[in-house]
Amino acid sequence: MHNGKLSPFLKGALVVGFLFLYVPILSLIVYSFNASKLVTVWGGFSLRWYASLFENEQILSAVWLSVRIALAAAAAAVVLGTIAGLVLARFKRFPGSTLFAGMITAPMVMPEVITGLSMLLLFISLQQLIGVPTERGFFTIWVGHTTLCMAYVAVVVRSRLVEMDKNLEDAAMDLGAKPLKIFFVITLPLIAPAIASGFLLSVTLSLDDLVTTAFLSGPGSTTLPQVIFSKVRLGLNPEINALATITVLVVGSFVVLANYFMLNAQRKRDRAIAEAMRADAPKLPDVPLESLGRPGRA
Amino acid sequence: MSLLRKLSPGRGSVIAVPYLWLTLFFLVPFLIVLKISFAEQDIAIPPFTALTEYADGYLNVKLNLSNFLYIFTDEFYFDTYLSSLKVALFTTIGCLLLGYPIAYAIARTDPARRNVLLMLVMLPFWTSFLLRVYAWMGILNETGLINSFLMSTGLIDEPLHLFHTDFSLYIVMLYAYLPFMILPLYSNLVKLDLRLLEAAADLGARPMKAFFTITLPLSKNGIIAGSMLVFIPAVGEFVIPELVGSSETLMIGKVLWNEFFDNNNWPMASAVAAVMALILIVPTALFHRFETRELEGKNHA
Repeated sequence: MHNGKLSPFLKGALVVGFLFLYVPILSLIVYSFNASKLVTVWGGFSLRWYASLFENEQILSAVWLSVRIALAAAAAAVVLGTIAGLVLARFKRFPGSTLFAGMITAPMVMPEVITGLSMLLLFISLQQLIGVPTERGFFTIWVGHTTLCMAYVAVVVRSRLVEMDKNLEDAAMDLGAKPLKIFFVITLPLIAPAIASGFLLSVTLSLDDLVTTAFLSGPGSTTLPQVIFSKVRLGLNPEINALATITVLVVGSFVVLANYFMLNAQRKRDRAIAEAMRADAPKLPDVPLESLGRPGRA
Repeated sequence: MSLLRKLSPGRGSVIAVPYLWLTLFFLVPFLIVLKISFAEQDIAIPPFTALTEYADGYLNVKLNLSNFLYIFTDEFYFDTYLSSLKVALFTTIGCLLLGYPIAYAIARTDPARRNVLLMLVMLPFWTSFLLRVYAWMGILNETGLINSFLMSTGLIDEPLHLFHTDFSLYIVMLYAYLPFMILPLYSNLVKLDLRLLEAAADLGARPMKAFFTITLPLSKNGIIAGSMLVFIPAVGEFVIPELVGSSETLMIGKVLWNEFFDNNNWPMASAVAAVMALILIVPTALFHRFETRELEGKNHA
């Protein structure tokens, strides 16, 4: 098997796979422009569901709450997750390291009904013991989302750190830089793309979370997924199609742009590092091979 | 290693921050679930009894085992756990059968196009899970895409009953979890040393044989990591069975949700969660081991 040439079977797998992934999303978008209230019966082109979506106070306030929680949770998750990723990649063995690594992995796979319930019971117990948190809402949801998201950030940051050239850190240290300085001047810029994608991932995870949120929210703090869930439980709803279309377009363009910029930035950085390395190397290999009397490979 | 030694003074505090957070908000809550699972439902706020009582110099500890007795003796709970494991297992197998060729194909595409394909796998993963499940409601129901297409071609006279069946449950589970299988498999398969396959071909092995004797065994870590990434959350899945599953399909996530939100029986919900967590400990440890191995493999590559 050679690069770039796929057998018909593999080509078929790709086509089937991508159709499977994208047809539902496309159908969601197409029907959002349907004039008929019966979502799947075509009644002509219309933007009326977009108009009614933007007049729906309940949805708009839920969007606002979800966005605030997502940004706050992603910010906290990035800080905690970056530290955790650093610990995982660079410290490796320390007392309790196995438990620590397990606590990073587990939130990513544990069914959310378990984590949601357990975190709720923690807050109830804390309230009984020390009186806070007094109510469920923004704060409790934020803690839940931060815990979930920091695990993902830690994994993304760790894998970037593992791939990264550790010689740069070692060199800085040999030149006498303090660990904290090394982190902010060398490590942090190099893992910035991973942190950025960790942040974006956290925002989407938080914006999308239903189950944990359901356990941790209280009266008066209804997030967007909760509103969507209560609506679609009753059946198809054209406003939700309009909402989905907007979501897909916003997220889609964001992901494409972010991907483009991050790939570019990383390529540039890697090239700069490679050049710097070459500049520092002894000048010997610059002598053309031909001048040494060997036939060139032109 | 030298960095590690130099960092030592500040090391403890660096570790402490995420460690304390996870202990308080992830580990301790599990212990509390275990504790509450031995309580009794009560009409109070919060709606369960205390386990300990101190009176006249006696500390009375009252453990209510009936929740667990009920789970282990009542057929409903046994069937529900079994059916959740079955749904998760079939979902995992389905994702593997569909996801492996896709991951393999992406890994063998030339690097320039590879990133685009990978992004196309990621994109649905980034869009709302809930909305993607919702999309299937419009495809599978009586007047949905599949039925109207089949009716218009004249293949069927009346709509097929697809929605709220096992079929709809499995297809949406497969759909929702597929990217979780493709991504770890891809990152494993892309590292495969192609020279091994060339060597096998030079020695006369047919592509099929080379695949089964070289590629498949070498991708074991990716297969296990991806399978666990699908299997574990699938066992406790709530949204998909609730929105598109049949009312007869028993899923443990749904039972837990109902115990908590509809029956307000927090101790029972806790017991259900504790047993589920117990079942999932082994798969979680497996996932952790193979994911770590996968990551560390990069060091030697």
